[in-house]
Amino acid sequence: MSSAGKPALLVDGKRLDGRGLEDLREIKIVARVLNDADGSAYIEWGKNKILAGVYGPSECIPRHDQSLYRAVVRCRYNMAPFSGMEEHGKSGPSRRSKELSKVIKEAFENVIVLENFPKTQIEIFVEVLQSDGGTRCAAVTAAAVALADAGIPMKDLINAVAVCKIDGQMAVDPAKEEDNYGESDMPIAFSPRTGEILLFQMDGMLSKDEIEKGFALARKASEKIRKLQVEAIKKVYEEPREERFLVISK
Amino acid sequence: MDSLNEIKRDSLSALLAAGKRADGRGMLDYRKIAIQPAPLQNAEGSAIAAIGKSQVMAGIKFDIAEPFADRPNEGVLSTSADLLPLASHLFESGPPGDDSIELARVVDRGIRSANVVDLESFFIEDGKVLALYLDIYVLDHDGNLIDCSALASMAALLSARMPKIEGGKIIRGEFSGKLKVNEKVVSCTFGKLGEKVFLDPSLDEEKGMDARLTLSTTPSHLCAAQKGGWGTFLEKDILDAFDIALQKGKELRALLPG
Repeated sequence: MSSAGKPALLVDGKRLDGRGLEDLREIKIVARVLNDADGSAYIEWGKNKILAGVYGPSECIPRHDQSLYRAVVRCRYNMAPFSGMEEHGKSGPSRRSKELSKVIKEAFENVIVLENFPKTQIEIFVEVLQSDGGTRCAAVTAAAVALADAGIPMKDLINAVAVCKIDGQMAVDPAKEEDNYGESDMPIAFSPRTGEILLFQMDGMLSKDEIEKGFALARKASEKIRKLQVEAIKKVYEEPREERFLVISK
Repeated sequence: MDSLNEIKRDSLSALLAAGKRADGRGMLDYRKIAIQPAPLQNAEGSAIAAIGKSQVMAGIKFDIAEPFADRPNEGVLSTSADLLPLASHLFESGPPGDDSIELARVVDRGIRSANVVDLESFFIEDGKVLALYLDIYVLDHDGNLIDCSALASMAALLSARMPKIEGGKIIRGEFSGKLKVNEKVVSCTFGKLGEKVFLDPSLDEEKGMDARLTLSTTPSHLCAAQKGGWGTFLEKDILDAFDIALQKGKELRALLPG
């Protein structure tokens, strides 16, 4: 949201990377890329490259964290120290990473059928290998596919997308520059089946009209992302691979 | 050692006595190896290496740093390893434990001893040098993480670009050519159970075996070594392993980029 050195974010209705206001960046999802994890998924979303792995349900340790009624969800969102353009990252979770881990966990607590698995834990691990703005949304989207790959029952296959305000206009899926120099950023996770909102954050300034416009943009984008998630899961079974491995596009 | 590991030790011992391994490999065979150089763009260097079902990513970032007081003309090389919790049910989140520190240090020693990277070329001006951060990111654990990490690290170094420096600062996203790499160091890790020595232990074999031996080599010399586990090696074991490491090293080097 800083304005120093701000480039024009919209020129003739086109964004810096040539997209229109309603266009998502290119998204590629591959499920089942890891061997030991119970479920896994890799997502490329623009220049973001993110890996999600899921373990569970397994015995909840330590036992004082156990619930007699439902599974406990744990989530770790983490950025690799080499994921950014700038300097080498510090090791250990940042305050930002801890906050994102918490809101991502809470989104999934709503859709996983936790009451099926008392006294257990379900662990979601997200590693951002390369970041380019919008990592939390890509993380939620990949984690949902990893959970589905692990066969963990969910009420819905959720995903997330952000909307932003750039040069006075609402647009979907801000890239890094738009996030840095835009007027506002609003990440949202939807449950596509019920329309409920599971993750909601915002920073910047928006009017009521702009929020409504943002919801509409995000919902439309979320439907497109859901199709890609379903395709990724189907592909595991339609084109089974003997070996599991991570392949990263250049 | 828990009871499951005792069972693994017994079955491994029976297999080795018959000259066999669970996956049908010979005693001195690696599992399938694959290397992807430079999969990332924000990092100045990167690679993924896979040995069997183990997968390791290495990432390289450059920063400006102060040199160490006793080596004012040399840059800084810093290697660390993360055993990511998504890589194995055996790994937990948290600060680096013994295993990840050992992994990083063994890989680092091979690179440092053989002067793989010319640290003097990292000098910028008095009190200012380049620091190369090599991060080993274990993505999937099925044994022999040392060799897999060494391959990923070497491939990342070979694909790394030097950052452009202006006025004592790094201009991100601009480069001044490739990182100069003097030597291709590779490591070969052996397991030992009873008197049997075998190459590239899988996770099941690691759980059952008594001792581990890693030899990092240049085409002609040993440049780092690490013995692990409670078991022992004879002098002859180590000398024989050195011959094998030199011979296997050729095959591993041929898989590296550049």
